[in-house]
Amino acid sequence: MNEQFLQEPALRAYRAMVMARAFETKISALYKAGKIFGGVFLGRGHEAVAAAEGVFLRKGYDVYTPFIREQAGRCAWGDSVLETARSYFGSTQGISRGRDGNVHWGHPHEGTLMPISHLGAMASVVAGMMLAKRMQGITDAVGVVCIGDGTTSVGATHEAANLIAVEKLPVVVVVTNNQFAYSTPNASEFACKSLADRGRGYGMTTHECDGTDFMQTLATMQRAIAAARAGEGPQWVVAETLRMCGHGEHDDASYIPAELKAAYADRDPLAVAQRQLLELGWITPEEIAAWEEECRDEVQRSVAQAQKEPTPRPQDEQWVATAWRPER
Amino acid sequence: MSVTYIDAIHAALEELLQEDASVILYGEDIAGSFGGAFKATKGLADKFPGRVLNAPIAEDAIVGVGMGAALGGLKPIVEMQFADFGTLGQNQMCNNAAAHFYRTGIPVNLTMRMPCGGTPGGGPYHSQCLESVFAHYPGVHVFTPATVADAYYMLKEAVRIPDPVVFMEHKFLYRWLKADTWLEADPLPIGRARIARPGKHATVVAFSAMVPEALRAAEELAATSGYELEVVDLRTVKPLDTDTILASVARTARLMVVSEDFPWGGVAAEVIARVATEGMHLLDAPPLRVTAPDTPIPSHPDLWKAHRPGYENIMAAARYLISL
Repeated sequence: MNEQFLQEPALRAYRAMVMARAFETKISALYKAGKIFGGVFLGRGHEAVAAAEGVFLRKGYDVYTPFIREQAGRCAWGDSVLETARSYFGSTQGISRGRDGNVHWGHPHEGTLMPISHLGAMASVVAGMMLAKRMQGITDAVGVVCIGDGTTSVGATHEAANLIAVEKLPVVVVVTNNQFAYSTPNASEFACKSLADRGRGYGMTTHECDGTDFMQTLATMQRAIAAARAGEGPQWVVAETLRMCGHGEHDDASYIPAELKAAYADRDPLAVAQRQLLELGWITPEEIAAWEEECRDEVQRSVAQAQKEPTPRPQDEQWVATAWRPER
Repeated sequence: MSVTYIDAIHAALEELLQEDASVILYGEDIAGSFGGAFKATKGLADKFPGRVLNAPIAEDAIVGVGMGAALGGLKPIVEMQFADFGTLGQNQMCNNAAAHFYRTGIPVNLTMRMPCGGTPGGGPYHSQCLESVFAHYPGVHVFTPATVADAYYMLKEAVRIPDPVVFMEHKFLYRWLKADTWLEADPLPIGRARIARPGKHATVVAFSAMVPEALRAAEELAATSGYELEVVDLRTVKPLDTDTILASVARTARLMVVSEDFPWGGVAAEVIARVATEGMHLLDAPPLRVTAPDTPIPSHPDLWKAHRPGYENIMAAARYLISL
C-alpha cells in the first residue's frame, strides 16, 4: 500500500469523521431531550467506511447515495452538517422543507440522491444516473451505492446489481455489514459464507475490508473507486463492522450480545483512525484536539441556525404534488 | 382507415426520438430487430443507435433506471412488457419518482408505457388495467387514450410534461382501432375530458377500451329505442376532469360509469364519489357502475367476454338507468 499517497484523503476523511461524530452526539442529545420529531439514526461504527466513500468522490460530478449511517460520508463529500440539521428540524431552507426529514435528504443536481425508506430502491436510480452520464459522453464519473447487510436481501438490490453488471456501469456498491439489520443478525439474513460472494455472483470485482480499520478501509475504497473510474466496471465492496448504537436512538440494541460489543470495544473507527494517523505521524494530538473543538463549534453553530430558521407554515401549503397542472 | 392505435404509438415514439436527443427508450425486448412484444419500438433501435436499450427482466430496476436517467437530464420512456408487471415497478414509480417533486421541488420526467387491458386468451396476468392503483398515489399522472389520435398526441404530451406519467395503452385497441390519421388539427389539452358523443338521456363516463364499447352501445340504443346517451371519454383518469363530467350530468341527470377494471376502489368509484359529493342535486337517479366482476380475469375467451363489460352490458344498464 502506498500510504503516502493516502495522506491527504486520510486527513480529510478523519476530519469528516470527527465532524460527523460531533454532529451525531449533538443530535442524539437533542433527541433525548425531546427536541427532534421523528427518528434519529447514527453512524457509530460506520464512520471509516462512510468517510472513505465520500473522500474519493467529486461533488457535482460523481453520484453518491448516502443512507442512514453515512453522515461522515456526506461530510467527506463536501456537504455541511447544516443541511442534515435542516432536515432534522424541518427548516424551509432545506431541500425538503419539512416534507421529508432526518437522514432523508440529498441534492440530486449535485449528485446526492433523496433516499426513500424502501431499502435497495436507490441502487437502480444510481444506475440510471450513470447511464445518463454515459449517454452524455461522461465516462470517468463514478456512482457509489451505499447499502447494508439487510439490504442485500431485498429484491430491488438484486435487480439493480445485476443490471449494473450487465451494463458494466462505473458503480461501486458498498455493503457495510454491521451484523444487524435492525435486530436481525446475519445468520437470519443470508446463508452465503460472505456477502462478497454476492458480488462475485453478479460478475463484479469484489473487495473486502475490516470497516473498523481506517487505513485498510481507505485503501480498499480508493482502489475500488479508482477501478470504476478507470473503466474497469462495477465494483462490490464488503466492509465488516458492528453497529455501535441502536438502529435508531429509540432502540437500545439490547439484542446485540454483550460479548460481541466487548469484542469491538477498542475498534471504534474514530479511535482506530486517531491511533493510525498518530502512528504515521500525519497528525499531532494538538491538531486532533483543535479539530475536535472546531467541529464541535461548527456543529453548535449549524444546529443553532437550523433551529432558528423558519419551519413550514401549514396555512401556506398548496398541497400540490406535481410540477405540471392542467389548465382550468 | 389506414392507421392503427399501435401505429400512432410507434409514430409518437419515433418523432420523440427524432425531435429530442434526451429521449431514450428502455425496456424488455424492445431493441434489436425484435422491437418489443407488440412491436411498438420496431426498427427504432437501428434508427437511433444507443438510445433504445434492452433491459434485463427487472421491472423495479427498469423504472428505477428511468428515474435516475431523468434526474440525470434525460427524458426516458420505459416500457413494461405488460401493465400487469407494472406492479413490480410500482414502488419505484409511486414511492420514488412520483413522490420526488413534493419532497424536493425537482420533478422526474419519466414516462412509463403500460400495455394494458384484456384480450381473448390473455388470462389473469396479461390483461389487467391497474389505472386506479397507480392513480392512487400523489405525484403521478395517468393517461388512458381511447382514440388513435389521442394515442399519438397524449404520448407526445406525456414526455413534454415534466412529471412521471403512467401511459396506459390498451392492447385490445392496438390493431383493432383504426383511423385515417393520428394527426388532429386541434387536440384537446391534456386534463380535459372529451364529449365523444352528445346525448340527453344519460351520461356514460368511460375511458380506454370502454369508450368504443360505450359509443357502440349509444348507437344501438339510439337506433332501437331513441334514447340518446352522452358518452364522456375521460382521456386521463388523473387528472380527472370533474368539471366536464358534472356539466354532462347537469344536462342528462343520469350517470353511468364504465370501467374494464375490477370494481373495488376503482376509477368508476372515484367518478361516482365526485359526482355524489359535488353534484348530488343534479342526479334524478342513483348513479350506476358497470365494471368487471371482483375476480381475476379469466383466460377462456367465452369467460373473458362475460367478465369484461361490453356494449350489451352498457345498453342493458342504460335501459335500467333511464327507467329509474
